[in-house]
Amino acid sequence: MGRKGRSPVLLGRVIGSVVPCVVTPGLTGVPMLLVQPLDKELRPKGKVLVAADATRMAGPGELVSYEGGREAAMALDTTFVPVDHAIIAIVDGLNLIAREERG
Amino acid sequence: MILGRVAGEMYGTIKHPFYEGKKLLLIEKTAPDGTATGDYLIAVDSVGAGSGERVLVLDEGTGARQVLDSKDGPVRSVVVGIVDAVETDG
Repeated sequence: MGRKGRSPVLLGRVIGSVVPCVVTPGLTGVPMLLVQPLDKELRPKGKVLVAADATRMAGPGELVSYEGGREAAMALDTTFVPVDHAIIAIVDGLNLIAREERG
Repeated sequence: MILGRVAGEMYGTIKHPFYEGKKLLLIEKTAPDGTATGDYLIAVDSVGAGSGERVLVLDEGTGARQVLDSKDGPVRSVVVGIVDAVETDG
């Protein structure tokens, strides 16, 4: 998964939300969700993390893709904010080719 | 840059505006000999790569934005090449 806080875009499952009472100014109103990182077969892999929801529409149980590092903050409306993971898309589906086909 | 193989395509209606109209590929990372390392990432396609193809993935934000002609896109990984062959010594 690379260096801590510098993950590329990966798949995750929203498993809950975080309700902060005081946040850094640029993060007011930005939903914070608990995300369980997944491998490409959608099995849980790694530790649960908190991600800012740049789509503002993800909810518990949904399959999402999130990114880490500097680009996470860039996905939000206020781009210079202390955020290290952000949800950038809600995944409707994956077209995975079977391992045999891949050769 | 890293070597990978296109394992599939990801689609969804709701996404960050930057990703509208961009093809997102699920890339499984591979060793130079083509064996999968078990790791994966999701990258934006810029070359028209298809499922099963071996590709070259740029995994760095500034370069990725340059390739996609964007100043502030929240992107880090872009598929920048389709690999025909990899030659290694020995």
